[in-house]
Amino acid sequence: MNKNYFEILRAGINSTFQDLGRNNLYHIGIPFSGAMDNRNYLLANKLTGNDNNHPVIEFAYQGPHLKYQGKAINIAITGDVSFKIKKGNNLIDGECYQSFILENNDELDIISTNKSVYGYLAISGQFDLKLQWSSCSTNIKSKIGSNNGEKLSVNQKIIIKEINQNLVNKKLNYINTKIENIRVMKGTNFDYFSEEGKKLFFGNKFKVSKLSDRMGMRLEGKKIENIVDTNIRSEGLIKGVIQVPADGNPIIMLSDHGTIGGYPKIGVVISADYDKLVQLTPGSSVKFQEVDLNSAETLFKLYDLETQNLISQI
Amino acid sequence: MIKNISNLGDAALYCDFGKEISKEINTQVIRYFKTIQKKNIVGVNNLTPSYNKLIISFDLKKINFNKLKKIIDDIEIIKSDSIQNKKFEIPICCEKEFSLDIKRLEEKLKMKEEKIYESFFKKEFFCYMTGFIAGMPFLGDLDENLRVKRLDTPRVKVPKGSIGLTEQFANIYTFESPGGWNIIGNTPLNIFDSSKENEPNLINPGDLVTFKRITKENYQNYHE
Repeated sequence: MNKNYFEILRAGINSTFQDLGRNNLYHIGIPFSGAMDNRNYLLANKLTGNDNNHPVIEFAYQGPHLKYQGKAINIAITGDVSFKIKKGNNLIDGECYQSFILENNDELDIISTNKSVYGYLAISGQFDLKLQWSSCSTNIKSKIGSNNGEKLSVNQKIIIKEINQNLVNKKLNYINTKIENIRVMKGTNFDYFSEEGKKLFFGNKFKVSKLSDRMGMRLEGKKIENIVDTNIRSEGLIKGVIQVPADGNPIIMLSDHGTIGGYPKIGVVISADYDKLVQLTPGSSVKFQEVDLNSAETLFKLYDLETQNLISQI
Repeated sequence: MIKNISNLGDAALYCDFGKEISKEINTQVIRYFKTIQKKNIVGVNNLTPSYNKLIISFDLKKINFNKLKKIIDDIEIIKSDSIQNKKFEIPICCEKEFSLDIKRLEEKLKMKEEKIYESFFKKEFFCYMTGFIAGMPFLGDLDENLRVKRLDTPRVKVPKGSIGLTEQFANIYTFESPGGWNIIGNTPLNIFDSSKENEPNLINPGDLVTFKRITKENYQNYHE
């Protein structure tokens, strides 16, 4: 008998199941997907005693309001998130990077991400999910992943099939910093752009547009002038690629991106800065700083080391 | 053969087979793709073959650009006879409600509707690649007289099953999606099935495709 579940009182804006995503499917048109902010995803799982490919709920801006039914369970929220836990008549202010116990009839209200986009909810248990290509990651566009490839909706129940009875409270002292500078390498079509355009790209500030989601981030700024061709023969894309279509405004490919595209690639965001990039909110500004391959590799090693360090502190 | 390998960011190899687009060049891309796929190189986590490029994505924790480039430089390619081309006939209905851009095509191509369809339906297409959205095949080549550009303003929603034309290519929208191709009809056939994890795509690179015109009645009563 399974009696542990969340009832969704409010679904939030874009709440989906995510894990590390799926590999080796670009050639049929399926991107990696997976948690947008990998570090915060890993920390949420470690705080609830899970391994690192354990499904969590990712939310954007406004998260879900959930009512819990079942045996006591640990939860943790990571990111820069305001949330409250309601236990009977008590309303507790939640803190990120710290586990909390939820008991029967408790409510978890994930009010909003603060100066960021994505947050993560992990539980000391296992959601009852159907995986596709070994991953729960939900890609709404292609209807792939758990929950029939859809985001969570109100009144739905999220069944938990297994809970870890050994509840240990965990905490990490960590502040999720926000940055404005994103480091970028030149793309394969960098020379399609005028000298002026290149200078603009690596010197000017761009504004993150409202038209940004898990597929891509659109930027607005001074038009980047193309002097060769505003189209290329369609070819593969990877996450972090910055394309500039005819209108001169850059678009950055994010985790659920289309796998093929035909706009010139002016740059690629380095792997070390991807987690920070996805957290930039619409309306905020971003500036690109050029780095070479060697530096990008070193910066990734540092990023990875820092992540491992944080995980080992939990 | 690969003309040049460069990096696309810090976690992908960009293998360039030249500027030209032809079945011969694309077949080479597919051969490289299949060979590398079979090798299971540690760290490689995605391959994207396209008309004349192959992108190899990797996990920067496990391998880096220079190490992987050396492996790809030295790779021996599987011989040509190992690639099989399947053949498909795709039913499409070209009634007004499905052929959203036929009037635009008549105007741009200065051809009558019947002539456009005649030229389209007699063609056997080659699948160069799949992607953009899951399972979407990029098919070529259209006759010279059928080649047009994308719509000036792309549609926000192209209906699932739509067959679109642009430049020398035709494609099939496997899902409702934004898109700017010129729509000439719609197929009731499911081109992508995510429940078939081993082979979700009906049409794969290297396959050969013809289209067959069906009536609206056949479209409505179509069972796979």
